[in-house]
Amino acid sequence: MDAINKQGKKAIENKYGNLFEMYKTITGIDPYEEPMRIYPAGHYTMGGLWVDYELMTTIPGLYAIGESNFSDHGANRLGASSLMQAAGDGYFVLPNTISNFLANDIRTPRIQTSSPEFVEAEKSSTERLNKLLSIKGRQNASSFHKRLGKIMWDYVGMTRNEAGLNKALGMIRELQKEFWKDLNIPGTAGELNMELEKAGRVADYLELTQLLIADALDRKESCGAHFREEFKTDDGEALRNDKDYAYVAAWEFAGEGKPHILHKEELKFEEVEMKVRSYK
Amino acid sequence: MKLVLKIWRQKNADAKGTFATYRMDDVSPEMSFLEMLDSLNKKLVEENKDPVAFDHDCREGICGSCGMFINGHPHGPVPAITTCHLSMRYFRDGDTIWIEPWRAKPFPVIKDLIVDRSAFDKIQSAGGFISINTGAAPEANSILAKKKNADDAFDSSICIGCGACVAACKNASAMLFVSAKISQFALLPQGRIEAKERVREMVEKMDELGFGSCSNSGACEAECPKQIKLTNIARLNREYYKAF
Ligand code: SF4
Ligand code: FES
Repeated sequence: MDAINKQGKKAIENKYGNLFEMYKTITGIDPYEEPMRIYPAGHYTMGGLWVDYELMTTIPGLYAIGESNFSDHGANRLGASSLMQAAGDGYFVLPNTISNFLANDIRTPRIQTSSPEFVEAEKSSTERLNKLLSIKGRQNASSFHKRLGKIMWDYVGMTRNEAGLNKALGMIRELQKEFWKDLNIPGTAGELNMELEKAGRVADYLELTQLLIADALDRKESCGAHFREEFKTDDGEALRNDKDYAYVAAWEFAGEGKPHILHKEELKFEEVEMKVRSYK
Repeated sequence: MKLVLKIWRQKNADAKGTFATYRMDDVSPEMSFLEMLDSLNKKLVEENKDPVAFDHDCREGICGSCGMFINGHPHGPVPAITTCHLSMRYFRDGDTIWIEPWRAKPFPVIKDLIVDRSAFDKIQSAGGFISINTGAAPEANSILAKKKNADDAFDSSICIGCGACVAACKNASAMLFVSAKISQFALLPQGRIEAKERVREMVEKMDELGFGSCSNSGACEAECPKQIKLTNIARLNREYYKAF
């Protein structure tokens, strides 16, 4: 309202016209007349798959580029960092690195579907699908997804604390048990089955969220999008602890049901000095 | 609100489809159209019935996957939005809503409301790109573009490839989509270099895939959720004539 009074409706329309129009169509509220209802929401997951400087994951030949890897964004993804990463990885990095792998791989003969690795991979995927399909409970995958989202929203949002994180961990473990007992997927694996596809994702989310919480519990400082209520300055700002936590946490999968193993990648700055960002 | 849904059910591309009727008793006007379908599917799965297959991804109007016919309009009766942005506020208690997939030969039904739009990808890969050496950063201001052209190119580039234009057209023509993809490059200096091959190859691919011809009805423009303008089609025609 202040901005409209000061700069005039026309100026605001030039800048945000499309956005305001869309807001009005969706919500039925005219943002030029009534204040917009804005709410912070989880948008991205910080971090991603570990990759080396060539953007290759721990699986030889499997590259992860753009938002799916952990490499560029630091402790917070700011506006358009996904675009920067997509452009940076795809345009500048990968064209120069993937050829290192392909140069050797060009001699690899065509891989047969009868190779033991293929047979094993096919078997384990089929087993996983059958496991999901054979639960034959009552609830659909989206119901679990919604409940998981609510737990994350309540306890693992931008601000979190130890008690809340532990509580969420317990709730997610319960939800995970319920998922594997009461999920229902009508239909089979041999057709387009959106429920099965979704169930596979939700099964993963139920694991990934537990890792997110383990990491948030481990990092006893506030940094970027991770604001631990226990670690703040007197005037409520994030309190970082560079002495103990100036590292990227790379968590290694140690097998189903086992705790992940922490690898610390120290952050060393040569040209610039590490500082705290001030919004004041 | 209470609603009656008449939804097209079709097991796969070869099966014969038919409308099925579902009654919804507690639809909130705050829901989006897709959330309303989610709640139907939740109920169907609880009753161990086959849920309605529909496509969706971003749910914020940018991916183009949520297209469906709602009461005879692609993306529903409200202009300039996608199905995922359609709010249930626009419907009244007691309404009957007819929901169908895109109906166009080049977009075969995969299941229920989901169609195969890979024909669009084929047209795109026939020329909807710029060839350039990657790996090094070009000088940012070495090629200048007019503000007007940049703005128009931007307006064309917001096409999300949803296929509503094809579905709305009585000839199942893909001209609006192709013209948006052509225009976004034709208007900028970087796109001029390959302009001729691009327009020839994309148009050839479009014809080969069985999309119909444009007869200037303008249904596509009226139904396009991103308000892509018919002037793009005029530009496509000009580009095409210049390309031989
Ligand atoms: S031109 Fe419009 S209707 Fe056609 S694909 Fe693009 S966004 Fe969809
Ligand atoms: S779900 Fe992406 S545009 Fe609607």
